[in-house]
Amino acid sequence: MTRLVRNGELVEDRFVDVSGEDTWPEQGAIIVSLEQWQTHRDALLARGAPLGLRLRSDQMPDAIRGEVGHFDVIALEFPKFRDGRAYSYARLLRERYGYAGELRAVGEVLLEQLHFMLRCGFDAFEIRDPDPLGAYRAAEADFTVWYQPTGDGRPTAMQLRRERRQQG
Amino acid sequence: MYRYDEFDRRLVAERIAQFRRQVARRLAGELSEDQFKPLRLKNGVYLQLHAYMLRVNVPYGTLSSRQLRKLAHVARTYDRGYGHFTTRQNIQFNWIRLEQVPDILEELASVEITTIQSSGNCVRNITSDQYAGVARDELADPRVYCELLRQYSVLHPEFSYLPRKFKIAVTGSPNDRAAVAVHDIGLRMHRNAAGETGFEVLVGGGLGRTPYLAHTIREWLAPEDLLAYVESILRVYNLYGRRDNIHKARIKIIVNQLGIDRYRELVEEDFAESRGLPRPELPKDEVDRIAEYFAPPPYEPLDDIDAELEKLASAEPRFAAWWKHNVAPHKQPGYAIVNVPLKAPGAVPGDITAERMDALAGLADDYSFGELRVNHRQNLVLPHVRQSDLHVVWSALDALGLATPNLNLLSDLISCPGLDYCALANARSIPVARDIGRRFVDVDRLAAIGPLTVNVSGCMNACGHHHVGNIGILGVDKRGKEFFQLTLGGSSGRDASLGDRLGPALAQQDVPDAIEAIVDRYLELREEGEAFLDTYRRVGIEPFKEAVYGRVEEKAIA
Repeated sequence: MTRLVRNGELVEDRFVDVSGEDTWPEQGAIIVSLEQWQTHRDALLARGAPLGLRLRSDQMPDAIRGEVGHFDVIALEFPKFRDGRAYSYARLLRERYGYAGELRAVGEVLLEQLHFMLRCGFDAFEIRDPDPLGAYRAAEADFTVWYQPTGDGRPTAMQLRRERRQQG
Repeated sequence: MYRYDEFDRRLVAERIAQFRRQVARRLAGELSEDQFKPLRLKNGVYLQLHAYMLRVNVPYGTLSSRQLRKLAHVARTYDRGYGHFTTRQNIQFNWIRLEQVPDILEELASVEITTIQSSGNCVRNITSDQYAGVARDELADPRVYCELLRQYSVLHPEFSYLPRKFKIAVTGSPNDRAAVAVHDIGLRMHRNAAGETGFEVLVGGGLGRTPYLAHTIREWLAPEDLLAYVESILRVYNLYGRRDNIHKARIKIIVNQLGIDRYRELVEEDFAESRGLPRPELPKDEVDRIAEYFAPPPYEPLDDIDAELEKLASAEPRFAAWWKHNVAPHKQPGYAIVNVPLKAPGAVPGDITAERMDALAGLADDYSFGELRVNHRQNLVLPHVRQSDLHVVWSALDALGLATPNLNLLSDLISCPGLDYCALANARSIPVARDIGRRFVDVDRLAAIGPLTVNVSGCMNACGHHHVGNIGILGVDKRGKEFFQLTLGGSSGRDASLGDRLGPALAQQDVPDAIEAIVDRYLELREEGEAFLDTYRRVGIEPFKEAVYGRVEEKAIA
């Protein structure tokens, strides 16, 4: 069974994932598929409840560029841990499309990948582990040096070296 | 040479600690082999036919004597006393025990070498010109940018799960010794009309079962944009690269499927859009900082001593042959580049014992400012030898059996490990390479034949670069038997080309005869000053077909 860790805390998932369903409850927070969103956009917005979107790994988020403000959750699927497209999707959503809501990693999310996901802008993870919070914290601490700048703002080795030089 | 600072050291230490935990989880059964595989691969650990293999990066082919001694130590302590240099300037150890790998990684880290991303679907070791920084024909030292690319690509959060592996090569010389046209990204330094040094960027080259030469995606790229532009190429690949079929997953496939113009459009769009957002900028002061590490060693002010060397050579024909073939001109007067082919007759191409590694490390300390290089043809290089030391260095190499004067000649073969080690291979490439090496031992004859590259791969994955050998040899499996398919006319240089298939595959024992036949026909046909490749390009494949299949036709398999 998977548990949701968001911003380093174990949380109850108040969203019901209906992305594989034909119908959805009248009330409450739901997560829908891109197809559902594109077909029932107005009805979904009219519900007046928190809305989430689940994207498959073959669905590029440019399909919702300009609409990201409607979503409280965007869940990006890792059908297999080897499929790395969602790392790019996450950065595009965060750094270019202005998405500020919850960005959730779902599917085959291995602990070894958590650190990379955090750096790409994910802040929520479906974790399959008897101790999800412990596993999360361990993976978060895997690295304290980063060579690449991303939207997470962690300072890169290059930035730190330059700062140090400028301070003399 | 580049030296780690606290950031580099800490990152490597953290990576090893992480892998140590992963190995422990694997050994405890908490990770399945399927889950562990990509983790071990990204740390250079393969499972071969008989044992685990560990692939160690030699960043852009530059090694210190201290590092080479450590490699010798690893070979002796954790392996069977030898290592194998590869066509990607790396070294492989073939008989490794998984539980010892974290300890080996600690040993390697103590001399600032790693196995990080030497395998897996990520950016691999950045390769370059083995003469970087010492070549007379060089425009700029490519190692500066190789190191920046190395750091940029290590543990990239967005690109650690690409559709497939990703290889980048950089040349700072118009005479391409790094085979950049057969890489996922090839970078060629050159000057634009304004006289500024930048990069021609090539994309989508590669060998394997679908060989392609790379297309130019950018004629000229400013150095400060290098990393950001590479990032855009990688992003488009990560987004669009095929994941439905492992054999179609390399960037070359999607580049050719979309067409280079469309691929360029996507990259340029992403690159333009990334401006002002988090992206790897490359400020000049950082380039300068890295460049300081690659400052020339303290050369003495010397003059070239050609006349004295001529005298030594005329007295000693063996020295003369070695000087002529294995020594290359150095940009610093009075110095020379000494190549050390790991291709003695009957040798396994690229293999070297721990004792020889130690001995070469000693020679590097005494005569080459403690520095060595690895080239993509599986040879080593002493890059800064005083010309006045050439004779004594030759004597020492000769005593070690490392002075075979065959650099870039027929017996300087490339060979992958093949079915003797590799789980992917169809055929044993090493015995074929050794047979050819033993057949062509006469130094005068090799010299008379002239430059001719022979590249042997044990399967279509083409680790032995057979497509770009002047003569390529590909091991194939036919009804459970090993056969060898020949190609002619390949080249990996500035004039890169892919070889043409000669005809039906041959049995192993017929390969040396076929090579003889090809060589004899070439010698008949060649005109003044032509190398094999020139003659081949002039006359085409027919005369060689006739020469080979006329001779061994009755044994050939259709």
